[in-house]
Amino acid sequence: MRIGVVTFPGSLDDRDAERAIRLAGAEPVALWHADRDLRGVDAVILPGGFSYGDYLRCGAIARFAPVMSELVPAARSGLPVLGICNGFQILCEAHLLPGALTRNSGLRFVTRDLRLRVENTRTAWTAAYRGGEEIVVPLKSGEGRYAAGPGTLAELEASGQVVIRYAGSDPNGSADGIAGVCNAAGNVVGLMPHPEHAVDPLTGPSADGLRFFSSVVAGVPA
Amino acid sequence: MTADTVARAAATGGLAQPYAELGLTLEEYERIVGTLGRRPTAAELALYSVMWSEHCSYKSSKVHLRQLADRAPASAALLAGIGHNAGVVDIGQGYAVTFKIESHNHPSYVEPHQGAATGVGGIVRDILAMGARPVAVMDALRFGPAAAPDTARVLPGVVSGISFYGNCLGLPNIGGELDFDSCYAGNPLVNALCVGVMRHGDLQVAAASGPGNKVILFGSTTGPDGVGGASVLASAAFGGAAASGETAKRPSVQVGDPFLEKLLVECCLELFARDLVAGLQDLGAAGVACATTELAAAGTGGMRIQLDQVPLRDPSLGPPEILMSESQERMMAVVEPGRVDEFLAVCAKWDVRVAVIGEVTGTGRLVMTWHGETVVDIPPGSAADGPVYRRPWSRPAAQDMLAADDPLALPRPADGAGLRADLLALVGSPGLADKSWVTDQYDRYVRGDTVLAMPEDGGLVRVDEATGLGIALATDGNGRYCRLDPYLGTQLVLSEAYRNVAVTGARPLAVTNCLNFGSPEDPAVMWQFAEAVRGLADGCAALGVPVTGGNVSFYNQTGTVAIHPTPVIGVLGVHDDVRRRLSIGFGVPDAPLVLLGRTEPEFGGSAWAHVRHGHLGGRPPVPDLAAEQRLAALLAAAAEAGLLSAAHDLSDGGLAVALAESCLRGGTGCRVRLPGDPFTALFSESAARAIVAVRPGVAARFDELRAAHGVPGQTIGRAGGADLAVEDWFTIPLTELAAAHGGVLPALFG
Repeated sequence: MRIGVVTFPGSLDDRDAERAIRLAGAEPVALWHADRDLRGVDAVILPGGFSYGDYLRCGAIARFAPVMSELVPAARSGLPVLGICNGFQILCEAHLLPGALTRNSGLRFVTRDLRLRVENTRTAWTAAYRGGEEIVVPLKSGEGRYAAGPGTLAELEASGQVVIRYAGSDPNGSADGIAGVCNAAGNVVGLMPHPEHAVDPLTGPSADGLRFFSSVVAGVPA
Repeated sequence: MTADTVARAAATGGLAQPYAELGLTLEEYERIVGTLGRRPTAAELALYSVMWSEHCSYKSSKVHLRQLADRAPASAALLAGIGHNAGVVDIGQGYAVTFKIESHNHPSYVEPHQGAATGVGGIVRDILAMGARPVAVMDALRFGPAAAPDTARVLPGVVSGISFYGNCLGLPNIGGELDFDSCYAGNPLVNALCVGVMRHGDLQVAAASGPGNKVILFGSTTGPDGVGGASVLASAAFGGAAASGETAKRPSVQVGDPFLEKLLVECCLELFARDLVAGLQDLGAAGVACATTELAAAGTGGMRIQLDQVPLRDPSLGPPEILMSESQERMMAVVEPGRVDEFLAVCAKWDVRVAVIGEVTGTGRLVMTWHGETVVDIPPGSAADGPVYRRPWSRPAAQDMLAADDPLALPRPADGAGLRADLLALVGSPGLADKSWVTDQYDRYVRGDTVLAMPEDGGLVRVDEATGLGIALATDGNGRYCRLDPYLGTQLVLSEAYRNVAVTGARPLAVTNCLNFGSPEDPAVMWQFAEAVRGLADGCAALGVPVTGGNVSFYNQTGTVAIHPTPVIGVLGVHDDVRRRLSIGFGVPDAPLVLLGRTEPEFGGSAWAHVRHGHLGGRPPVPDLAAEQRLAALLAAAAEAGLLSAAHDLSDGGLAVALAESCLRGGTGCRVRLPGDPFTALFSESAARAIVAVRPGVAARFDELRAAHGVPGQTIGRAGGADLAVEDWFTIPLTELAAAHGGVLPALFG
């Protein structure tokens, strides 16, 4: 099982994602933003960070990177893709996921260990969780407020595309407490919190985040 | 544009030059003329003015700082000491660590967000220039009164600047300090620390050697930002003549681009890995002037630079501005001619702008040209080794009156309700309150190696995943202690940082320092400085930890009123296995609580006297460096043996504040019986003390270990429950404690 991690200029949590992949029992493969090549990986993670400095708008420049011209069609064909934080923003900008991430309602960057509720366990990245299970994972972002039109929000709820929700107090003003969503097929997931920072209690608040990675490892045929 | 050339300077000897506006004295100007045998060109004058600024030359502090190197204890761990961009320490297993703390006080007052942001950027490049990958940052912040309107302007801006730059750069912020005192109104202290890790063989040299080697400038373009930052902003009090004239037209605070710095970091690390760099210097204060001069002076001695090859973001800049610009995110490398193409290719991969601007020569002269005409021709050593002043110092007479104003005369709480109220007042005072409002704006998780971060006593970062090797860091300062006695105060501050590293289970190894003081032209300030440095040198010798580098910030004063002398000391320790780290939190119920160290009635400069009475007087606590060493050795041994579930140092606010913080951190209360006078037991700030929670069942083993290390101690109670309970005196529910502790900063800053 080989999982690619894309490094854009300004990606920061790429090595953390690679560590999480190793801990989940798979092989991380470094993918470079400027290469039109997914190197035959079985799944892809777009890591957190500030791609291109988040200038213009978070993720707005990264979506035009050469690697995305390979990734977008592959994702539409079912390749499991997980976007974390900046990666989530890129997936929204690339229209692989609905909605947008906007400035936190408190107008400040927020780092906090948060309780999250797993709402949908039928995605490629959440199958190892129990429905309604609560987990503790850090959030760290300045533009993590999920926003979408009323029609889109209703559709997301109706189709079960809300993957995780903030279970405690709302840290950033996200619509309906949404912390993560998926596409209709469930292979593309975007998360604002950082499961790769909750893979070992030594360096995170819990190991609750590891199962996002083991879910995809278990789900993809070897 | 016609430049002021060397030929023109030689022909126009009598021309009046604006040396005073650039911060040079007449004597300094005459020394330049004497060195060159003619008047300097405009570019040379600019170069000397920034190189000889207090900020770059350490001209007032050098005579004192020498003792930090001369009297440093022998340390097998020291790979590079004072005088480099940052000191380098061997932590074993082939790893070396470099760390340094630096001030960005004046820019942060003028423009809090960018001032603080570029402070982070600057110290990160210092660490990078040693060949290390930066792995974490810390910040020590001091502001005027928390409720003052200007603090509401400065503090949020400083915090957002550190958050913006550090988070975007991808460096975890693992701790620091936040304090408030009216002495810092108008003179906030923003000290940033960075630590980096490398393999032993990766150490880079800051020297331009090998005639024929190319000089390469890479990173950001050069603009008008920060022109005169070192000479005007950081080297004189505000409002003087230097603020008027030409320089006032330009913004003297630099503007930071952390995205570019991230690219620069990755680009440099790839250049190092491919062994493409023969010499390296970061561009900080005094920009191109400093980098070329220092590289040349430390190397073969000669260098030829084409200033017109420097990539500009403002085409109107001439040689003086290019030399003085403090545009951020720039580095200068010396590269063998045969490796230049590969060097350029690595820069292209990371989208980093690069230009070959000159080459190393064997002439012993630093020569710069502008479109073919020579505008600088100097011996580089004359600029790199600036003047040295032995400024007069004298102990002010008022110091005796201050010492005589003993806090023992202050009214104390007489009953349980009074003690309870004082404890709540302390944990609810801005300097001791919960700092989440600040620290929640920083990313402490990125890179995935952060084991301990705020609100722990020290930060702890894993270096090697396989072996668990790690490094611990703490910064401490205490202007009140140092105001009462700069010699003892500095040793107390050093002791506290040393102790804060020890309570994580790490062994302290080395020291960095950021010396924040008023004007060196005031003999009373100079006395404080001399005493502080002497105290630091003596303290480091006694503790066996060398100073590896640091920074001096003078002119932190408004009018004639200086800040409290505020040396901020950073201590680095090595942790053999971070899996055995100790947290401050009481998490294990029924763990016996042991108070380590000796408690005396010491309240001079204490948080209690400050918060409850607005009082500063008397003598500070007496440092006991031998006791600190024994305590640190005990904590390391107990952590290694797995005997402890928590450890917290006692400092500001004494046992009262330590118990409150440990209860809140671990979400578990405690029940204690105080030995002796309850007021002294709760609020004394005697040094060399800690509270530890012993794992249930191993109390006898810990007691044996404690006795073997010669550390006094007594069991004062147990962890557990939902209250902080002091038998016979008072009980505080943790919910009430949390409310008093947690609501303060949000109420002040929104």
